[in-house]
Amino acid sequence: MKYEGRVWKFGDDVDTDFIIASRYCNVSDGADLAKHAFADARPEFASSAAEGDVIVGGRNFGCGSSREHAPIAIKAAGVRAIIAKSFARIFYRNAFNIGLPLLESVEAAEDIQDGDRLSVDLIAGRIENLTRGKSYSARPIPPFMEQLIREGGLVEYIRKEKLASR
Amino acid sequence: MPMTITEKILARHAGLESVAPGDLVEAKVDLAFAHDFTAPIAIQVFKQIGAPKVFDRKRVALVADHFVPNKDIASAEQAKLMREFAREQDLELYYEVGEAGIGHVLLPEQGLVVPGQLVIGADSHTCAYGALGAFSTGVGSTDFAAVMATGETWLRVPPTIRVEYTGTLRPLVGGKDLILRLIGEIGVEGALYAALEFCGDVVAKLSMPHRFAMANMAIEAGAKNGIIVPDETTKAYVKDRARWEPLYLASDAGARYDRTITIDVSALEPQIAFPPSPANVRPVSEAKNITLDQVFIGSCTNGWLEDLRDAAKILKGRKKAKGLRLIVIPASPTILKEATQEGLVETFLDAGGVIGPPCCGPCLGGHMGILASGERALATTNRNFVGRMGHPKSEVFLCNPSIAAASAVLGRIGSPEEL
Repeated sequence: MKYEGRVWKFGDDVDTDFIIASRYCNVSDGADLAKHAFADARPEFASSAAEGDVIVGGRNFGCGSSREHAPIAIKAAGVRAIIAKSFARIFYRNAFNIGLPLLESVEAAEDIQDGDRLSVDLIAGRIENLTRGKSYSARPIPPFMEQLIREGGLVEYIRKEKLASR
Repeated sequence: MPMTITEKILARHAGLESVAPGDLVEAKVDLAFAHDFTAPIAIQVFKQIGAPKVFDRKRVALVADHFVPNKDIASAEQAKLMREFAREQDLELYYEVGEAGIGHVLLPEQGLVVPGQLVIGADSHTCAYGALGAFSTGVGSTDFAAVMATGETWLRVPPTIRVEYTGTLRPLVGGKDLILRLIGEIGVEGALYAALEFCGDVVAKLSMPHRFAMANMAIEAGAKNGIIVPDETTKAYVKDRARWEPLYLASDAGARYDRTITIDVSALEPQIAFPPSPANVRPVSEAKNITLDQVFIGSCTNGWLEDLRDAAKILKGRKKAKGLRLIVIPASPTILKEATQEGLVETFLDAGGVIGPPCCGPCLGGHMGILASGERALATTNRNFVGRMGHPKSEVFLCNPSIAAASAVLGRIGSPEEL
């Protein structure tokens, strides 16, 4: 699971209203939601984000509302991983549940700049900054979260692990 | 092994003798809640999971409270999806416009959440029910769908931060101010992944609405849950309304806490959270010359009858400031009815306010009071990030109901003492 793409950099406490405003959350489809991701703060995100791109944030990324519309919009826009110093807990669960991996690394989050090109190895937690010629190691993803990623998300995990045995 | 109340509830629901912070457990869920904003995605996911029925048609509550009465076609379609699912699954706890109130007020009011339970909700403010001594936490739509299908969820046992409030409360200071003060002190990440256990004589003297306000905003400090050990006040509230058998648990004497935060309230003024964060908290005396375009009294945090009484006490015989919009939204049909019978609604109307149907309204930028560019609102809600109530160039300040009422009259943020 390796991805390469450009960085979209944000600061601390990026809340889920910031990621996708309530007025856009009267729909559930990822493609529709992706059109409005970061609409107020980075209006160019919706049209320019591409497959393999990475979001880099500071502390407490994804705080506030539990809206799953937020990671759904981000993933549908093509983002394949989010790197931050720390994540809010509901966002953390939501992202892994839908198959969007999150990597925690204070060093990476501080060093990486908007527009950098990164190559990310999700399972190993290795981040290569192709623009700056540096690399970073993220905290290992907890085994249960890794399992979710390998299965493709919570739905697949439940179908295989929980319902199959009933 | 001595445990905190949070640990005890998790251990019981996981079928374990004891648990410790950091343990990953699979816990049985007593009640699962979602609303029209989060249920549509959850319903799609539920169908993908492929379980034919929800785990228990009496333990899944769906409440139409966010974009209702429906604000546009898309929202109406989402509400329709939720309605049809409720019918298809024959859910006992489906609440439509007319019976519906804001979920986090309606469910406790109807006795559907009781002490000792484990409650999962597809809404971040689900932590509110911790005020009853239940373990209650917010999740996303996929997690909620998984609970609907299996009746269980995985949880990491949180460390508990003990928050002790000491001293004597001054007039006009209540639960909202106590929680704002804490968030101001520790920040929006200060309790990340932790349980916040509120205690102390000050808390013991609080009525249920004030306790709900505190637990409601535990999420704003990043907490997994907020909780108050049940006491006589809890028992009195639950006594005649509980639909299930309550279980009264307490934290053991030797239970281990991550840390204890002590807050002396003796000098505490009503608190204001300035934009753009619930942690940007200052005493009301420092909120000078902040003119307002809108005051909103309501939300799951402060839409209780007691909150409306507090506001009406200030507004009685007075009028809102010229050019200011005063919006009052009682949190449930019962509260609206009682507020009407007590003359509170007349007070709000005479003051120049408008009354909305029980719903979340403008709190999350839904409808019923969205802000334009450059506008400022003071609200009894729980969140004021950029763009929360409308235009990204609008601002939201948070406060308690008495301050909201006084400020509506003054036309700027201020206290009843200035009237």
